[in-house]
Amino acid sequence: MNVPEDLRYTPDHEWLRLESDEGTVGITAYAADELGDIVFVELPAPGSRLEAGSTFGAIESVKTASDLFAPVSGEIVAVNEQLSGSPELINSDPYGEGWMLRVRLDDPSALDALEDAAAYRTRIGAA
Amino acid sequence: MTDGTALATSARVGAAMAPEEARPGAGRQAMNAALQPTLAELSRPGRGGGKVPHPPADALARIPASALRSAPLALPELNEPEVVRHFVNLSHLNYSVDSGFYPLGSCTMKFNPKLNEWAARLPGFATLHPLAPDELAQGTLELMHELQEALAEISGMAAVTLQPAAGAQGELTGILMIRAYHAARGDVARTEVIVPDSSHGTNPATASMAGFRTVTVPSAADGGVDLAALKDALGPHTAAVMLTNPSTLGLFERRIVELLDAVHEAGALAYMDGANMNAVLGRFRPGAAGFDVMHFNLHKTFSTPHGGGGPGAGPVACNERLAPFLPAPLVVKAAPGSYRLERPEERASAIGRVRAYQGNVGVLVRAFAYIRAHGASGLREISDDAVLAANYLRQRVGQGYELPYAGPCKHEFVASGRALRQATGVRTLDVAKRLIDHGFHPPTIYFPLIVDECLLIEPTETESVETLDLFAEALLAILTEAHDHPERVKSAPTSAPVRRLDEASAARKPELRWRPMTGAGTPCPT
Repeated sequence: MNVPEDLRYTPDHEWLRLESDEGTVGITAYAADELGDIVFVELPAPGSRLEAGSTFGAIESVKTASDLFAPVSGEIVAVNEQLSGSPELINSDPYGEGWMLRVRLDDPSALDALEDAAAYRTRIGAA
Repeated sequence: MTDGTALATSARVGAAMAPEEARPGAGRQAMNAALQPTLAELSRPGRGGGKVPHPPADALARIPASALRSAPLALPELNEPEVVRHFVNLSHLNYSVDSGFYPLGSCTMKFNPKLNEWAARLPGFATLHPLAPDELAQGTLELMHELQEALAEISGMAAVTLQPAAGAQGELTGILMIRAYHAARGDVARTEVIVPDSSHGTNPATASMAGFRTVTVPSAADGGVDLAALKDALGPHTAAVMLTNPSTLGLFERRIVELLDAVHEAGALAYMDGANMNAVLGRFRPGAAGFDVMHFNLHKTFSTPHGGGGPGAGPVACNERLAPFLPAPLVVKAAPGSYRLERPEERASAIGRVRAYQGNVGVLVRAFAYIRAHGASGLREISDDAVLAANYLRQRVGQGYELPYAGPCKHEFVASGRALRQATGVRTLDVAKRLIDHGFHPPTIYFPLIVDECLLIEPTETESVETLDLFAEALLAILTEAHDHPERVKSAPTSAPVRRLDEASAARKPELRWRPMTGAGTPCPT
């Protein structure tokens, strides 16, 4: 299972990629695989707030529906508009075209509270 | 199928039969075909099935011009045998408890006795107008009153409403009653409803619809609710806790007394999701255990038909504390030997009406017939046999599949296809689809969410041991096949009227508009 080294992870299977004070958020390949074919994703509007650990949206697959949890606090600066028409991008490219939103972090050091790739790999039992 | 069209089109293209083969069978309208042409497609101008009396010559002139159609209504034109064959052939595509084993977990797909149908069709019940005055509805009112009393007795509760049309509506009714109870005490700080992570999805949906925030608590390792986690979540903001007992894992909640004590100590009320009552009739009375309110699913526990979209019935039972808030009108005793509906405003604290008229009365008649046909000892025997059947099947299925929870189960059990998936890549979804080729309706899969590659199997008491054996053998045969020929399992079903449906495309790009069927073998008008 693909767990990129340069990302940080939540216990709820979201990932965060930090570039200066902005982070990109999505869900992991493991989560996408467990959900199965994703058919719908509900995301907040740009400009709204993210609160670490709180629900920021919902994702629905042919199998189940699940909440999405914010890895960090901050202001949403962009949302992946493509996902409303093509939610399957989350299955096909969870770390690339399947990204969900970009957030300006209140505090870039909040990253330290998230798991690194090795810890996340252990959590999901991946080799 | 990857063309992104909706279910119906996918199913047509995926049909097991080649178009050329359809021609010889054309005289017997598509008995083996995947889908039937619609009535609109079978229509021919001028064809009909009966004589409609001619209206007076000046009929059109009497209707205001503004109310006249500008174009004729596009109704299908067919004769009677065409219509009958259309619906009979459609019914042959259906799978039901009348055609085979239907072990859909958490749904209690038991056989629906035909005696119930006789009772519901008695003219006094079947032809009663819903607005008939009480004096003309005494038989039906008496039956409803007796059913209220019977359900109160079975649940150990004080009072019952028969109005809700389904289990989920029963949940909403119960939670609205709890909201009204807290509001009546002036306790408006209670904004949360707690549900375990094994709960039916309708529980959090109910809480949310009633205006509460849902708090989820995890299960303990034994499958029961984690008492410590529940105590942590409870507080002055908790309005209610919704529990399912036995749980969706098919396990009786062993800490029920401690759990309910903790709920009440926090000033909250306890709701019981009664979907799994088929496990405990005559053995466990939720009201006596301390639950404040619960719903029944008459279409599960009490053998009324379901699975075709209803109608169901989800009566709600509650204790004395919540009885003032029950929806109105209840059926009450009037003069000796007579019954009436509560009058408007008679019980001011009622949350109001939750369903038009008196609920799905035809369903209530069937459930009453079932309860009276079995009696108290018979109902207890039903649950005992349901539990026995589930434990027998659990042992058989456990010969090949993982059983994540140790010990005996109640009326249903969970098995897991996790090891199978790791070893062969065959998923539980594939196993379920392959069961169709073996002639069985698949069990519930991927629920509850806390079990990987979950199968939730509920045989019910109405199946013979031979049926249980055949089903277990089919599941075990699929296991062997998954190792030897995984592609066969992954491409199942092959013997059903349609192959695997493209659920993802159907959900992502639903095509909801009817289009005429085209192509060879279909009698589509050009």
